[in-house]
Amino acid sequence: MSTRAGVMVTGISGNLGRAVAKLLHLKERVIGIDRRPFIGKPKDLEMHELDIRKKKVEDVFRRVPIKAIIHMGILHDPRMSSEDHHNFNVRGTMRILECAAKHNVKKVVVLSSANVYGPSPDNSNFLTEDAPLMAASRFPSVRDLIEVDMLAHAFFWKHSKVETVVLRPVHIVGPTIKNAPSNFLRLKRPWLMAGFDPMVQLIHMDDVAGALVEALAPGHRGVYNVTGPGEVPLSKVFAELGSEPLPVPHLVARPLLSTLFRYRFASFPPEELDHIQFLCAVDGSRWLNETPWRPKLTLRETIRSVIGG
Amino acid sequence: MLGPSRDEKLAGLRRNENEFGVDPFGFSLEYTLAAMAPFLWLYKHYHRVQTFGIEKVPQGRVLLVSNHSGQLPMDAAMIAVALLTEGRPARAVRAMVEKWVPSLPYVSTFMARVGQIVGTPENCRRLLENEEAILVFPEGVRGLGKLYAQRYQLQAFGLGFMRLALETKTPIVPIGVVGAEEQSPALMQVRSVAKVLGIPYLPVTPTGVPFPLPTKYRIYFGEPMTFTGTADEDDQELEKKVQSVRDRVQGMLDAGVKERQHVFW
Repeated sequence: MSTRAGVMVTGISGNLGRAVAKLLHLKERVIGIDRRPFIGKPKDLEMHELDIRKKKVEDVFRRVPIKAIIHMGILHDPRMSSEDHHNFNVRGTMRILECAAKHNVKKVVVLSSANVYGPSPDNSNFLTEDAPLMAASRFPSVRDLIEVDMLAHAFFWKHSKVETVVLRPVHIVGPTIKNAPSNFLRLKRPWLMAGFDPMVQLIHMDDVAGALVEALAPGHRGVYNVTGPGEVPLSKVFAELGSEPLPVPHLVARPLLSTLFRYRFASFPPEELDHIQFLCAVDGSRWLNETPWRPKLTLRETIRSVIGG
Repeated sequence: MLGPSRDEKLAGLRRNENEFGVDPFGFSLEYTLAAMAPFLWLYKHYHRVQTFGIEKVPQGRVLLVSNHSGQLPMDAAMIAVALLTEGRPARAVRAMVEKWVPSLPYVSTFMARVGQIVGTPENCRRLLENEEAILVFPEGVRGLGKLYAQRYQLQAFGLGFMRLALETKTPIVPIGVVGAEEQSPALMQVRSVAKVLGIPYLPVTPTGVPFPLPTKYRIYFGEPMTFTGTADEDDQELEKKVQSVRDRVQGMLDAGVKERQHVFW
């Protein structure tokens, strides 16, 4: 087995993970970890079908020298029990960070999200990296995602020799992405909160993959918001996609969606409505100033990508 | 709408709008001009606004500090129209709106498209650094919701605007709006009902719910004031500076009220 130091990518079998693998495998030795099989895996990529919480993960570190980790093995499934969710995200992240510290990994990149700030009517128009992570105040079941961000944050301070980067990209969209924003924008008749039209920020998954790879470059460290090609009112996104939004009064929407979600007629928990009612936009200038990374897709292309256009 | 040189005037108002016609804050010039028509009518024919000293507003970053009154924020709209139509050059001001505005349907969208921003210090700092004109009402809701008996008595001023002015080295232009204080005379505030409805105040006026009467507006612009100091001064120090701005506004109000012959003309 080669002794060339590798880059470990957790959650590699997801859409974003595969996009990162595609960018990375030709120039780096990539070690993928995921519970799911990697469909269409490049031949030169080493894959371990493992749960990141398991002890066995450490065997990988023992066998292969790892110089950097991109950690994106983080679950976002509103249907999963909050306990499993929390368990996987928090314990998984802890395991990976512990291994990183123990096995002298030089670089740790953690994929968080701009959603950790949470949408709220009193948000500033552009939240900087110093803004408090308030998402759980209105949406308690996302607190594990905040915990993951905080764990990475704590790791950054505790292990000053490791270059830790926490990326908080805005809503990730893409033709195959199945997260809440992409699924929502793909609806033919999405709800809109009558009288509300917040500015939204979207980023294409390929641009996020590019940012994750850029974060591996020596020198980058710290927490960065990653914004895509700009801000746009939600109504313009619908117009661009040709969807026919259904205005629902906000006082009715919450209890209604809550019932629909409980009986599985809807796949969005009612708290997600905050995202189409209030602002949660971030300032990505720190990342833009400190790195050469720029989004490759235009705003229009990014919006259209959710329907594969 | 703004006369023959309209296009020229408007060229200066364009901001960095994207292909969807909005700037990063959600301001849309097209929307603003369309939305302006009724306000322009109110400005010219209903409140018959008269401005004094509008040329004193400097170019570049500036904080416009005004009294706030009248139950409905017509004073903000009239100051905005004044600067848009009579300002030299025309300026699209950004007002800092209350934090509950984004939770109101329709109002929130309207405010964002015409360039009004939630009044957080971060927003204000960002806009001043972009050399914008920011309209602030340091009395806030205390001023807007005051009773008829308290007209032209400035309520307590917040200190936030002064901190921002010092931090960003921004001149302050005091503004006195005469006429708004009588537009919707509040006889009492029903706080209990307001609380239930989740709104900051609910006045009882002769027209039932507040409706602006056609009072004549006079808007006085004062000389720009510059302050020196640091943003993390003691509140006591800041209060002195804030008090000097407040005194100027009060002075302009007193003079304006004395000068005029009648509330309605």
